[in-house]
Amino acid sequence: MSNGTLEVKAISGHRGGTPGRGVSRDYDVCKLVDTTTCIGCKACEVACLEWNGYDFRETTFDNTYQTMPETAWNFWNLIKFNEYTGDDGTIQWLMRKDQCMHCEDPGCLKACPADGAIVQYTNGIVDFNQDNCIGCEYCVTGCPFNIPKFNTETKKVYKCTLCSDRVGAGLEPACIKACPTGCLHFGSKEDMSFEAHKRVDQLKANTSWQHAGVYDPGGKNGSPGGIGGTHVIYVLGDARDPEKYGGLPANPSIPFFVTMWKTPLKWLGGVGMAFGVLGVFLHHVRYGSKRVEGEEKRP
Amino acid sequence: MTNGWIDIKNTDTMLIMGGNPAECHPCGFKWVVEARKVRNAKLIVVDPRFQRTASQADLFCQIRAGTDIAFLGGMINYAIQNNRYNKEYLTNWTNAAFIVKKGFKLPVDGLFSGFDPVAMKYDVSTWNYEEGGNVTGTAAAAIAAGDGPATAESAVQAGQAPPAKVVPAAATNGKPAPPALPPNTAYDLSLEHPRCVFQLLKTQYSRYTPEMVSSITGIPADQCKKAWDMYTSVRKDGDMKKASTIIYAVGWTQHTFGTQIIRTAAMIQLLMGNVGRAGGGVNALRGHSNIQGATDIAGIFDILPGYLKVPLPSDTDFKTYLTRITPKASKPKEWDSYNYWSNTPKFAVSFLKAMYGDAAKKENDWAFHYLPKIDRNYSWVNQWDAMYNGKVKGLLSFGMNGVMIGPDSQKNIDALKKADWLVVGEIYPDETSAFWQAPGTSDEDKKQIKTEVYRLPCAGFAEKDGTFVNSARWLQWKWPALPPPGDAKVDQEIIARIFLKVRELYQKEGGKFPDAILNTSWSYTNPNNPSLAEVAKEINGKALADLKDEKQTPSEWKAGQQLPGFAWLRDDGSTSCGNWLYSGSWPEAGSATQRRSTDDPSGLGIYPGWAWSWPANRRVMYNRASCDLNGKPWDPTRRQVWWNEAAGKWAGNDVPDFKVDSPPKDHMGPFIMNPEGVGRIFVPLAALADGPFPEHYEPIESPVANQLHPKQSNSPVVRKYKTPLDKYGDPKDFPYICTTYRLTEQYHYWTKNNPMNMQLVPEPFVEIPEELAAQLQIKGGDKVKVSSIRNSYFCKAMVTKRIKKMTIAGEEKFQVGIPIHWGFKGLPDRRPENERTPANLLSPTVIDPNAYTPEFKGFLVKIEKV
Repeated sequence: MSNGTLEVKAISGHRGGTPGRGVSRDYDVCKLVDTTTCIGCKACEVACLEWNGYDFRETTFDNTYQTMPETAWNFWNLIKFNEYTGDDGTIQWLMRKDQCMHCEDPGCLKACPADGAIVQYTNGIVDFNQDNCIGCEYCVTGCPFNIPKFNTETKKVYKCTLCSDRVGAGLEPACIKACPTGCLHFGSKEDMSFEAHKRVDQLKANTSWQHAGVYDPGGKNGSPGGIGGTHVIYVLGDARDPEKYGGLPANPSIPFFVTMWKTPLKWLGGVGMAFGVLGVFLHHVRYGSKRVEGEEKRP
Repeated sequence: MTNGWIDIKNTDTMLIMGGNPAECHPCGFKWVVEARKVRNAKLIVVDPRFQRTASQADLFCQIRAGTDIAFLGGMINYAIQNNRYNKEYLTNWTNAAFIVKKGFKLPVDGLFSGFDPVAMKYDVSTWNYEEGGNVTGTAAAAIAAGDGPATAESAVQAGQAPPAKVVPAAATNGKPAPPALPPNTAYDLSLEHPRCVFQLLKTQYSRYTPEMVSSITGIPADQCKKAWDMYTSVRKDGDMKKASTIIYAVGWTQHTFGTQIIRTAAMIQLLMGNVGRAGGGVNALRGHSNIQGATDIAGIFDILPGYLKVPLPSDTDFKTYLTRITPKASKPKEWDSYNYWSNTPKFAVSFLKAMYGDAAKKENDWAFHYLPKIDRNYSWVNQWDAMYNGKVKGLLSFGMNGVMIGPDSQKNIDALKKADWLVVGEIYPDETSAFWQAPGTSDEDKKQIKTEVYRLPCAGFAEKDGTFVNSARWLQWKWPALPPPGDAKVDQEIIARIFLKVRELYQKEGGKFPDAILNTSWSYTNPNNPSLAEVAKEINGKALADLKDEKQTPSEWKAGQQLPGFAWLRDDGSTSCGNWLYSGSWPEAGSATQRRSTDDPSGLGIYPGWAWSWPANRRVMYNRASCDLNGKPWDPTRRQVWWNEAAGKWAGNDVPDFKVDSPPKDHMGPFIMNPEGVGRIFVPLAALADGPFPEHYEPIESPVANQLHPKQSNSPVVRKYKTPLDKYGDPKDFPYICTTYRLTEQYHYWTKNNPMNMQLVPEPFVEIPEELAAQLQIKGGDKVKVSSIRNSYFCKAMVTKRIKKMTIAGEEKFQVGIPIHWGFKGLPDRRPENERTPANLLSPTVIDPNAYTPEFKGFLVKIEKV
C-alpha cells in the first residue's frame, strides 16, 4: 500500500507552471475491484457515506437491488446491479462498484476553467476543491464515466476523493476497509495491475469466465481523448463487453470539444486573442482614436 | 458447524443450499471466496432463487422450495452408482455395515414400518440393529433365504401378527421397557448383507433417479447430474485426498421435514468420508450472533444446558432419569466405543450443584425434584397456540419479536389479545409490544383488548458485556462499547430483579412448591444485577472439594478453584458446573473467551489461542475421522490429528476429539457421542420421529402430490393445528410457491429503525419471475397483494430474471419470494400510505416433528395487482 504524501502534479485553470509540483516522485495508488468476488453487500456504500459524513437520503423502490440509479453529489460509491443472460442462456447477476476512476489524464481537470478547483496529486488521486469551484459543470461534461455531480443548493460539484484524507495519513480508503470478502484491494498501480492480471489468468484457467480481463482503459497517455489509464481498475469476468457491468464504457474518452478546447485548440484561443489585439491596433491605425464629441468643444 | 468459518478455506468443493451466506453472512463468506481464490475450490449453489451467493457459483440449480431431500437423495444414489465413496471410512467409521432388524420396512409407500395412523406416531421397535456380531460372509445365504428388508405387503402382514409379549426383567410398573440398542450389534464388513445399512441406503435412494428428482425439484435432470458429479468428484474412485463441505442455514430447517434434510446432508458427508476433516463437515450457519449460545445453554424447552435431556413426569427419581438418558454402548463387540454420554451422571449432578448449591445433596437426589418435568410439547408454536386457546396467560418476551417471527403473525397478534399481561424487553418499540396497533385493528377493537403491556427499555448488544457463541462454536467475550442510554437496563438486571421479587413472594406467602425457587443458588456479588463474568465462571464450573486425579496434569485442584475442563466433573457432588460443554471456557487462569492470539502454527486456520471453542477448544469435531484405521491423516497436507506411536498418544494441530490414549488397533470409533462410536447413516429407534432414513415429503401446502407416493404426500407424523385461524391452502386457489428470506441490507426487524439501512432497500417487495409477471400483467414497481389462505401482504413487485418458470410433475409452476424485514413499526413514519404488513402474516402454523421449527419456506400464495 502506498502511503506516499500528497504532492500536486497539475491543477486546473492555472496559467503557466504548476505551483507546488512534486519535488520527489513517490509511487502512485490504485484501487483494484475484482467484480468476480463482489457480493453486492453495499458495505462500501455505507462506509463511504459514514466516512465522508453524508446523511442518509430518501430512496424509492425501482425494481432492483441497486440503491439508486446513479451516484449523487453526496453518494459517491454505488454498486450497480445487472441481471444478465449469458451466451449459454444461464443467468448472471453482475455487480460492480461504481465510483470515480481517478484517470491518469483526467477529463474533469482538463475541462475545468476554475483556478485550483481540481487537483491531481502525484499519487494519482484527482480531487475537487469546492472552495475554488465556480459551478460551471464543465467537469461533468469532461468526465467519460458520469461521475462529478452538481449540488443545486451549494452550486458546487462533488465526487469521490479516493479518501485523499485517509490515504494522506497512510490509511486505505474507507470502501476498501469495509469490504468483507476481499473483493477490494488497494496498493500501487503496479502491484494492483499485477494482482489483476494474475486473477484473470486464474479465472481463465479454472472457471467458466473464459473472457475475463482487466479494465484499465485509456489508450496512450496524452493522445487526444485518452485518459491514460485509471487509478481504479477492475477485474471483469467478461471483458469483451464492459457495458453490461452497469454501463462501464468500453472505450472511455474525454469528449472531443473538451479535448479540442483544452489541448490542440488552446493555441487558437491565444491566436484569437492576438487577432483581437491586432484588429484593435489596425482599427486604431485606420480610424484613429475614438473621440468623444463633447471633448472637442471643451474650452 | 462441525467445523468452523475459517476452515471453509480448506475445502475443495462447496455445496451451499438452504442458506445464502453472501447475503446473510457476508463477513463469513470471505472464507468461501478464499477457498475459491487459493484452492480453486468449486462452488455449487442450490436455491429457489438466483441470489447473491448464486452470483458467485460455478453452478447454480434453481430448486422448488421444500424438495431438498429429493435432490440430496438423488446425490446419494449418484455417489453409490458412481463409486464416489470411500469404503474404508464407510465400513469403519459409519454404521453402514450394521445389520438392521428383520421387519424394518423402507417407505416405498411413504410409510416406514410401525406406523400407527390413529396416534400419527411410529412404533420404532423395528428401527433397530440386530444383535449378533460378525456375520460377514453370510450375505449370499441371506439373499438365498429371501432375507431382505420388508416390503409394503410383508410389513402389513407383520403388523397383523400379535405384538411380542416380551417383558424384560428391568421393566417396572408393568410396562414393557422401551426398546434399547443391542450391546453387540450384527455387522457385515462386505456391506453385502441385504439388511445391512448400506444395502438399505442403496435401495432407499435407488428410487431417486435423475428423472424423478427433476420432476420433483424442477431442476432439469442434466443439471442435477452435473451438480452431483461436481460435488462428488472429490471422491473419484474413493480417493480420500480431497474434502468437500456442505453449508446451510434456516433454508433447510424451516420445513416440516427440516431435520431430515440436514440428516441427508450428514449422510452424504459420511458416505463420502467428509466428516471430521479440514475442509469438510456439515456446517450450519447461525442466523444471530449468539443463537448457538442460546441453543447450548437450553434456549429450547426439551433440553437442559449442554444438551442434557429435560426430565419427564415418568422420571420418578434421579436414578430413573439417569438410566433413561445415559446411553449404553452399542457396537460390534470387536470394536471399541468411547460412548462419551456415559458421563451423563457427572454432568447432571454438577449441573444440579450449580443450580441449587448446598440444597442439592445425595440424600435428596441432588435436588432433582426441583427441576420442572415436561408433560407436553412446549415449543414456540405450541406456546402461541396455547395462548390463543386461553391456556397461556402471560409472556415475558426478551431478545425477539414474536409477532413478526410468526408463523401466522395474525394468530400471534390474536393470541396476545387474549393474554392477561405481556412484558417486552427491547431496544426499539417493536410490533410485539404494539400488537394492538397491527394493521386492521379498529379503535373499537382496541377497546376490547384487556392485555396489560409493559415495555422495558433494554441495553443493546454493544451496551453489555458477556460472550457471543458463533456458528463455529467459539465463545468470544465482548466488552461494552458504550453505556445503555436513559433508563435502559441490561437483561440480567431485569431478570434478576423479577426473580428476587418472585422469591420474596414465595418467602412471604409460601405457595404450591416454594422449594425450587427458594433453593435456587443466587450467590452473586450484586444479586440485583449479577455480573456476567460471575455467571460465566459459574457455567464453567469449580471444585467444591479438593480433587485429585493422577491421570491428569496438574493432578489436583483445591476446593473453590475453577476447573480446567469437563474431564474433572464428578457425580459425587464435589464439582459444580452450569454447562459441561462450556467447562474450560473460564479456568483458574482466567477467561479463555477473552484470548486473542492470532498465531496459527499449522496454517489450517485453527488459531488455537483465539477465544475458546466447545468442546475442549476443538475446532473441528470428530477429527479422529480425519485419519485412516492406522491413525494416519487421509491427507498429509491438511494434518489435524494423528496417532503418535512412540508417545502412545493422539497428537495434533487441533485438540484430538477422542480418547487420547486409545491406540488405532482398538478400533474405537471417532463419533464418540454416539453409543455406536460410528457415524449414523441409519438413525435407530426414536432419535427422530419421522424415520431412520430421510424420505421426500411435500410441504404441508404444496402445488403437487408427492410423486414417490401420492397417497402419502406429507410427512405422516406432522399435525395441523385446529384453531379457526389455522387454515391450509389449496393449489387451485393459491397456485404459486412462496419462500421467505432476509436481505444483506437489513437485519431481521431491527434495522427498519435505522435510516442508513432503510435507504439501501427502502420498501417491501415480492420477487416475481418475468414469465409470471407477464401472465399477470404486472410491471416492476407495481403495487401488489400477495395472499395465502390466512392473510395478505402488501408490497411492490420486483420483476426478475433470477427466478425462472419450473416444470414440476410435467406442469408449469412458479415460485415467488418475500424478504421478511418490514413491519408496522420502525421507519418510515406510520402514515396510512406507508402501512407495512409483516411477511409472516402469510406463513402457516405447522412444525417439524423433531426440532419444532415452523414451515416458513414453501407455502402457497396468489398474487393480485392492487
